[in-house]
Amino acid sequence: MNQPLVTFDGVVKRFGDFTAVQQLDLSINAGEFIAIMGPSGCGKTTTLRMLAGLDQPTEGKIHIDGQLMNNVSPHQRDTPLVWQSLALFPFLNARENVEFGLKMRNQDAATRRKKAMDWLERLGVGEFAERNVETLSGGQRQRVALARSLVTEPRLLLLDEPLSALDAHLVIRMQSVLTRLQRELGITFVYVTHSQSEAFAMADRVVIMSNGEIAQIGQPRDIYREPANQFVAEFVGRNNIISGTVTGVSDSNLIIQSELGEFTVSDHNKVTAEGKDVTFVIAADLVEVSRSPMNKANSVECTLISEEFVGSVVTLFLESSSGTELKVQLQERELSTLDHTAGGAFYLGWDSDSAHLLPA
Amino acid sequence: MSGQQSTTSTSIGSRLLDWSLRGYVVLVFVFIFAPILFSVVFSFNSARFPTIPLESFTLHWYQTIWNDPDVWTAVRNSLIVSVCTALIATLLGFCTAYTDYRYNFRFKSAYLALVLLPPTIPLIIMALAMLAWFSKIGASGQLWSIIIAHSVLTAPFAMAIIRLRLNQMDRDLESAAWNLGASEWRTMREVIVPFCKPAIVSALFLTAAVSFDEFAISWFVSGLNKTVPVLILEIVQGNIDPQVNAIGTFVFLVSMTLVIVAQIFFTFRAGKSFS
Repeated sequence: MNQPLVTFDGVVKRFGDFTAVQQLDLSINAGEFIAIMGPSGCGKTTTLRMLAGLDQPTEGKIHIDGQLMNNVSPHQRDTPLVWQSLALFPFLNARENVEFGLKMRNQDAATRRKKAMDWLERLGVGEFAERNVETLSGGQRQRVALARSLVTEPRLLLLDEPLSALDAHLVIRMQSVLTRLQRELGITFVYVTHSQSEAFAMADRVVIMSNGEIAQIGQPRDIYREPANQFVAEFVGRNNIISGTVTGVSDSNLIIQSELGEFTVSDHNKVTAEGKDVTFVIAADLVEVSRSPMNKANSVECTLISEEFVGSVVTLFLESSSGTELKVQLQERELSTLDHTAGGAFYLGWDSDSAHLLPA
Repeated sequence: MSGQQSTTSTSIGSRLLDWSLRGYVVLVFVFIFAPILFSVVFSFNSARFPTIPLESFTLHWYQTIWNDPDVWTAVRNSLIVSVCTALIATLLGFCTAYTDYRYNFRFKSAYLALVLLPPTIPLIIMALAMLAWFSKIGASGQLWSIIIAHSVLTAPFAMAIIRLRLNQMDRDLESAAWNLGASEWRTMREVIVPFCKPAIVSALFLTAAVSFDEFAISWFVSGLNKTVPVLILEIVQGNIDPQVNAIGTFVFLVSMTLVIVAQIFFTFRAGKSFS
């Protein structure tokens, strides 16, 4: 068993009265691509800044590579950060920006130049080496910033929402650049983002934070299919969250009475007793929709409110007779069979296995 | 028809306003520059008194000041004072501006108000206070007493210019340098100073210009070490002599050059390297 590259032990960070991070325990393995995700103010950036030494933990310990980092100043660490603002030096050209870290390590000019050029070439911006960084496009600047951080060959690279300023089509391209680099270099990426698509697309493991605490850690698929609590279920989005009371327990199924009607939900752990209040989640893409009543374990009759079209996938927003909003996600090509522009009732249905019971 | 009439009348009204505003601007420039222009013109006029019509063209007054050792001493003094003042004031201004940029502390607004205070004190009061203070500590009548006094006077200008530039700096830039392995001092040298360079150069030239022109403090504090403005007053006091015009022209050229260079560095360079 390898020792983890990074560990947080009971790390707390307070700014005056405000607690940015509370009681954080997290270990990150060498070579892992980990994404820290959460809404703004959840403590994800503070966590990253503590790794870079830009903020010091109020309590707890941070180890990198077995070494206690609490009182190591930023410039003595090898934890380059790719900034949201990129923070390129405007008075230096692209090559000089990349050389900066090497210059601070007192490498000679020829070596610096060669390494910087290699990295700029590798990231496809070699031709802009002598250009003022202000004259480069967003995507080119992004690559220069990445080269600047990687040129010192760190074991750990920190990224703070690096793609948030890019156009959508560039984000997708940079995502593949990043994942490929991470795999080729075998270094550890800690990637902070508020974007679920970025985190899920790239990371081996995702850490979801809320109010300075970890809400869930897991592989993207697990987080998506089995959210650990209501916060994660809501944050991940495209989930229907239904609360109700258990009225019957049969074998491994629960009968749950809610204001939407009666539902059957699998409970493999068999820990829930009758009379308890529970919440379950049914992902929008696991709901089937039809224009005629369905022969499913669970079904709800709804009317269509609106639709959201994102290329190949369409999300329908529907409302039940009790006024609850439900979401269904389906392939665009399936939509044509529904005759959805005509008014009238829609029937939603799902298997009792598709629903995920949130731990109480 | 009536509509057409009213548009004509408003266009006449606005044209009138237009012309009167232009006239106003011209007048402002006339009042600022006419005396200087006259002084320049009369410095090349052979007549002893500034009267019109002009007599013949001459370089006599320039020759007179060129051959006057007092003028040379005064120019030398002024140059020493303004160069030293510029260096000290800009260093002080930079440090204050950086303190303001980097740190938050109690009574910071009081600190800033105190720092920016000197230029608002009437010069004559400041000059008297400086004289009293310097003679008390036995430092009056020296060239470096003028340098100290001028540094106090001009450091706030340097601070204001450099502070403006620092406010344009991305907050992450300094942290980014630390993150890439630069110590705080190295960051100062490799990032903060290069970023502020246009403002620093501009502050150097501007403080030099202010110091070069400054009269009241110099007159009180200088003792026997006259600077150019002090010398000018002495010449005028003695007799009416067109060599004053010649010296004035020279001083005007020097300060204008300094101010224009400062302006170029601050607006053009700062604008170019930051978007």
